[in-house]
Amino acid sequence: MTRTVPISLNVNGRPRTVDVAPNHTLLEVLREDLDLTGTKECCLVGECGACTVIVDGRSVDSCLMLAIEADGADVLTVEGLAADGRLSPLQAAFLDKGGVQCGFCIPGQIMSAHALLAENPHPSRAEVEEGIAGNLCRCGCYEQIFEAILATAEGVER
Amino acid sequence: MYAFAYERPATLAEALALLEAHGPDARLLAGGTDLIIRLRDGSARPAVVIDVKRIPELCGGIREEDGRLVIGASTVMTDIAADARVRRRFTALAEAASVVGSVQIRNRATLAGNICNASPAADTATPLLVYDATVVAAGPGGLRRIPIDDFFVRSGVTTLAPGEIVTAVELPFPDGPIGAAHTRRTRRRGHDLASVTLSCAVDATGRTRIAYGSVGPRPVLVVDESGILADPVAPAEAKAAVLETVFAGASPSPRSMRASPEYRLAMLRVLGARAIATALDRMARG
Repeated sequence: MTRTVPISLNVNGRPRTVDVAPNHTLLEVLREDLDLTGTKECCLVGECGACTVIVDGRSVDSCLMLAIEADGADVLTVEGLAADGRLSPLQAAFLDKGGVQCGFCIPGQIMSAHALLAENPHPSRAEVEEGIAGNLCRCGCYEQIFEAILATAEGVER
Repeated sequence: MYAFAYERPATLAEALALLEAHGPDARLLAGGTDLIIRLRDGSARPAVVIDVKRIPELCGGIREEDGRLVIGASTVMTDIAADARVRRRFTALAEAASVVGSVQIRNRATLAGNICNASPAADTATPLLVYDATVVAAGPGGLRRIPIDDFFVRSGVTTLAPGEIVTAVELPFPDGPIGAAHTRRTRRRGHDLASVTLSCAVDATGRTRIAYGSVGPRPVLVVDESGILADPVAPAEAKAAVLETVFAGASPSPRSMRASPEYRLAMLRVLGARAIATALDRMARG
């Protein structure tokens, strides 16, 4: 039995304390200890982006970060985007533009897009392409995903 | 992932003591974008993982000191690519940092981790070679400065001694105007490891420094003092002859899955010509 260590972190605006094993990734702790299963496990080598979450304002692959490294961090997952039962404008745009087919990659796509728009509210198409280059979609919805992100940027007050 | 112990030293002295106590059973963790994959697939099985990200001596960010730009070991690629001094004075390094992995990887991966991992395809290795960088390592005997060209041995192996920790990478500001560029060839756009990496820097005296990687066990630096490569009116045949000697150190593996040796050698010449043209253009623009 691995010794566990208590860590404190803020997840989607809520302070949490969790006992984690050092060999558990942030992805495992989010899904298995905190029941936040919106973040998906897929390639486990940092190539697909399905596990993307935002840690201290920056997108990361949560499969490549130990949970214990997130001690003291602010973590935002896809569950933290909707407020009062209403989808965020970005989430709504993904539905409007038909960006979602099987849906498995979408939480990661949305978290990468959210981080991009927070940093750069009016990205060019090329900046959107680079911003989500770390998120693969096996359904091939890239065009609709780009449209959703660009439409969300258009809707932001200039 | 198998069970291991985790240590998060708060000082450099503490980290060095942990390394000394655990010896080969310990591995240092910075961004984790290489190490966590290896812990998961079992190709690295340290008993103790030492997280160096909260050691103040490694967290100095990017700062100017005595004619050098000093990049703290914990500095991530995103911050290097965005830094105005790196972009202006060490353009090829900014370009290399901005193409490592994806946004998510660049938000975690560190410059020090990239060189310590010592992949022959490491994007930041070639710009550090053309800029004549120095690796600063702390060990039981104090600080040691290692010229970057003496640092790489082969994939995963450096001249860092057991018990040493890289604390920073230093870049001397060039004396006069230079132009530089980083180029790479990947199988696809976006997120991929490079099949060929190449950086080039030319200065006003005509000296051309070219470094290339992913075509042999370690990245290679060649300095051309002839002035031919930087001469805008030199005949193409003369430049091609110099480039043949520059690329004599390339020995791509036939076993790599990313590209054949023939393709890599052909692309090396294409990237070399492009990078030199870009570097010359940048020097002309100032």
